[in-house]
Amino acid sequence: MTADRSPAVQAIGLHASIGGSHVLQGIDLSVPAGGVTALLGRNGVGKTTTLRSLIGLVPPAGTVRVLGHDVAGWPTHRIIRLGVGYVPEDREVFSRLTVRDNLRLAETGPGANYERVYELFPELGQRSRQLAGTLSGGQQQMLAIGRVLLVDRRVLLVDEPTKGLSPKFVSEVVEVLDRVRETTTVLMVEQNVHVVRRLARQVVVLDHGQVVHTGQAAELEDEDLVRRLLGVSA
Amino acid sequence: MTAAGTGVLDRLKQRPPAGPPTATRRRRVTAIAVVAVFAALPFAGLTVPWVLPGPVDVLNSTGTLDVLGLGFVFAAVALGYDVLFGFTGLLSFGQVLYFAFGAYGLDITLSAWNWPLLPAVLATLAAGLVLALALGATSLRGRGIAFAMVTLAFAQAGYYLIEDNPHNLTGGDTGLVMSTSRLPAMLVGVASTRNLYWLALAFLVVVYGVVWLATRSRAGAVWLAIRENERRAEVLGFRPLPFKLASFTVSSLIATAAGMVYLLLVGTAAPDSVASTTVTVSILVMVVLGGAGTRWGAVAGAMVYVYLQQYLLKVAAQPSFATWPAAFRVPLSQPDFLLGVIFVLFILFVPGGLSGLSGLSGLSGLSGLSAVKGLSAVNGLRRLRELARRIARTTTGRSRKGTR
Amino acid sequence: MSTFIAITISGLALGAVYFLVASGLSLIYGLMDVLNFAHGVFLTLGAYAGWAVAAHLPQQNGALFLVTAAAATAAGALVATVTELLLIRPLYGNPVGQILVTIGLDLALVGLLLGGFGANSRSIQVPGWLTGVTDAGPERIPNGDFVALGTGLAVLGALTWFLGRTRYGIIIRAGAENRDMVRALGVDVGRAFTLVFAVGGAAAGLAGLLNSVVFNSGLVDPMQGDQMLIFAFIVVVIGGLGSIFGAAIAAVLVSLVQEYVTFYAGGGSGLAQLGNISVVLVLAIVLLARPRGLLGRTA
Repeated sequence: MTADRSPAVQAIGLHASIGGSHVLQGIDLSVPAGGVTALLGRNGVGKTTTLRSLIGLVPPAGTVRVLGHDVAGWPTHRIIRLGVGYVPEDREVFSRLTVRDNLRLAETGPGANYERVYELFPELGQRSRQLAGTLSGGQQQMLAIGRVLLVDRRVLLVDEPTKGLSPKFVSEVVEVLDRVRETTTVLMVEQNVHVVRRLARQVVVLDHGQVVHTGQAAELEDEDLVRRLLGVSA
Repeated sequence: MTAAGTGVLDRLKQRPPAGPPTATRRRRVTAIAVVAVFAALPFAGLTVPWVLPGPVDVLNSTGTLDVLGLGFVFAAVALGYDVLFGFTGLLSFGQVLYFAFGAYGLDITLSAWNWPLLPAVLATLAAGLVLALALGATSLRGRGIAFAMVTLAFAQAGYYLIEDNPHNLTGGDTGLVMSTSRLPAMLVGVASTRNLYWLALAFLVVVYGVVWLATRSRAGAVWLAIRENERRAEVLGFRPLPFKLASFTVSSLIATAAGMVYLLLVGTAAPDSVASTTVTVSILVMVVLGGAGTRWGAVAGAMVYVYLQQYLLKVAAQPSFATWPAAFRVPLSQPDFLLGVIFVLFILFVPGGLSGLSGLSGLSGLSGLSAVKGLSAVNGLRRLRELARRIARTTTGRSRKGTR
Repeated sequence: MSTFIAITISGLALGAVYFLVASGLSLIYGLMDVLNFAHGVFLTLGAYAGWAVAAHLPQQNGALFLVTAAAATAAGALVATVTELLLIRPLYGNPVGQILVTIGLDLALVGLLLGGFGANSRSIQVPGWLTGVTDAGPERIPNGDFVALGTGLAVLGALTWFLGRTRYGIIIRAGAENRDMVRALGVDVGRAFTLVFAVGGAAAGLAGLLNSVVFNSGLVDPMQGDQMLIFAFIVVVIGGLGSIFGAAIAAVLVSLVQEYVTFYAGGGSGLAQLGNISVVLVLAIVLLARPRGLLGRTA
């Protein structure tokens, strides 16, 4: 299928090292604009590192294009300001700030829309004066996602949004991402194959720091394929 | 230790010094030649204008030999510090404590207690060893910044203790003059300058040999591993603490011994010259200037530092100096200013120090310690360009921010 | 008993000055992981700036002293800002290099001051009432103590407000916890770095002036900053790197220990430096028992 729009995010020959370990060994990745692309793979193959090097938290070598700009070597905040939102694995909310201050911090783009966030996550509104460190895991995840949705984003990089969440929170997160993907391109690392099947259009599979498979999410119905690529049963 | 750990050690040990065997031989010959030249110096009665750091412009004058001797002593201290900082990656502000301990220890045993030389030396060394083990074990309970601060605290406490002159032992502020009654005639009196010079040189050579052996041993390889990534070293099966303590102790013992040689050379132990933070900073500057983690860099850095310092003091002491225009006179009257500026410039643009500049650093490829990151002048030039670009950007305003 | 009160007030006043210096150090380390050894010379330069400005002012009174104080504060802020931009920024990612460069800067600037002014002190012109005393029962408390104490409390309040209520305060607190995540939200942490240096430098400059005026009979000399820096470091480490409140508590602890030990124990044992030695020992004990300090941030 040809894309008549240029990809929202693109990596060509992306290499990255962490602490002397050569984690990414030549990633070629193309995320079409709109919809959800899922990044899959076993633990330790470089999924998180891929996301982080796209926004410069890990220094990338190679070509990285975000929304039409060549951003390899840019400082992170500059890439983010192109309209990118990042929801890290393990949430990384600021535990000693209140919920409200956590959100305030994300007020870096045009038109901060607190109503949108509180409408998506009513609990955040109720607990706005609470210290983020005292929230439950699920509530922290709401905060982590909520804060990037405070301003309009054109691209969302999301790292294992349902990890460690109870089923109630998992479905909440899925619902939010479902609504968001209508207007925003999402690149999502996710281990939960059900979530991937529900949300993703395209899947990219990593192994040993390289892309080993690119295809449609519908292919994941094939259990043999899933087992072969991910070593798990669906 | 795990099999992987042994493998890492072997890999680290087999890493060749820069270049093929002929380069190593050439370096060895150069080293011997240099030592020979310095050893022969006291016989060279040449007049060399301008350059010499002593008051008399003759190569083998007392002034020159004294300065060089001082340089040798501090080169030894710097070498010891390089083991701790350059090779093991432990930033410590406390080695000056052991230097002072050596100087004052020998001073007190010789002067206050009237011991003969050899027992005094041995006792001071032994006590220094105990002190190093005790304080080292204590300090190393902290990591990183905590460790650095504790070493600083102990060194400061030592300084205060000396200043306080407990039981009238240390002579307080003005220092303690060494009594020469028990010293062998060789080391006392008019002819002693040469002998003390050779003593200092021999001492430096011995220390260099010890450091060379230590850093090339198995322990030395573990030190490098700890420097690179302590956690990974642990995972590979080394217990870092005994090795860190060993590194600390070696470094401190060398400082103690150097303190004793210093006392013999200079004749007085005073808190501001052997125990203050000024000395700590000097040692740090010497090692970074020369290039941390390269052994001969520490020696070169120390010699250059001491030379510059003494030379500038000599320049400032000249009667004609007072007539210089203030713009030159003020910065140059204090060696610290020039040395500080050079230090800052080196950190910014020549992180590998003098040894990095000459391209002879033997540790290409090991870049654990940030301060020795990029052991080459090339990195420094890149940083220089970056700085220029940054300055240009800030002065031309933020016009480029946010746009493509 | 009244002597005890006088010493306590004097100790608290000294603690206030320690706090001024330590707060900047703590902020800088908390956000940037930089141990700023040049902080001492910010202090000294602030004092010299105060001296220079006061020398040009007519007879001092309260209002003009404020001008002097403003000059000291501004000088500290200016030097700190330039330091961050020119020396710290290029070494981003090299924390040891950053520490070393501040040591080098300290060495160079103190050397320059010694060359320019010599080791001798200069005297700052101050309003008469500042050097006077107030009767408080049987004791006479130097007015300077109140000024120092008041300033310390005011700065504590201002910093707490700044960190808690302003956008940059939030950025600084968040950055101290997780710099990368702050960047990942689109915030330029670099500006916060410069700001934190500027604030720290301002507080240090003010501390330098107060130190000279209140505790040094108005004398300014090139070495005063570095002498105070040791204690500021001790305060920061005991209080917990990165915690303003911890710095305040530790400052009071350190200064009181110093005063009490020196007064009650020092004279008798002939060890004038006993107070200082005790403080150093407290540092060692705290660090070994609780490496993060009293209220330090987690890892």
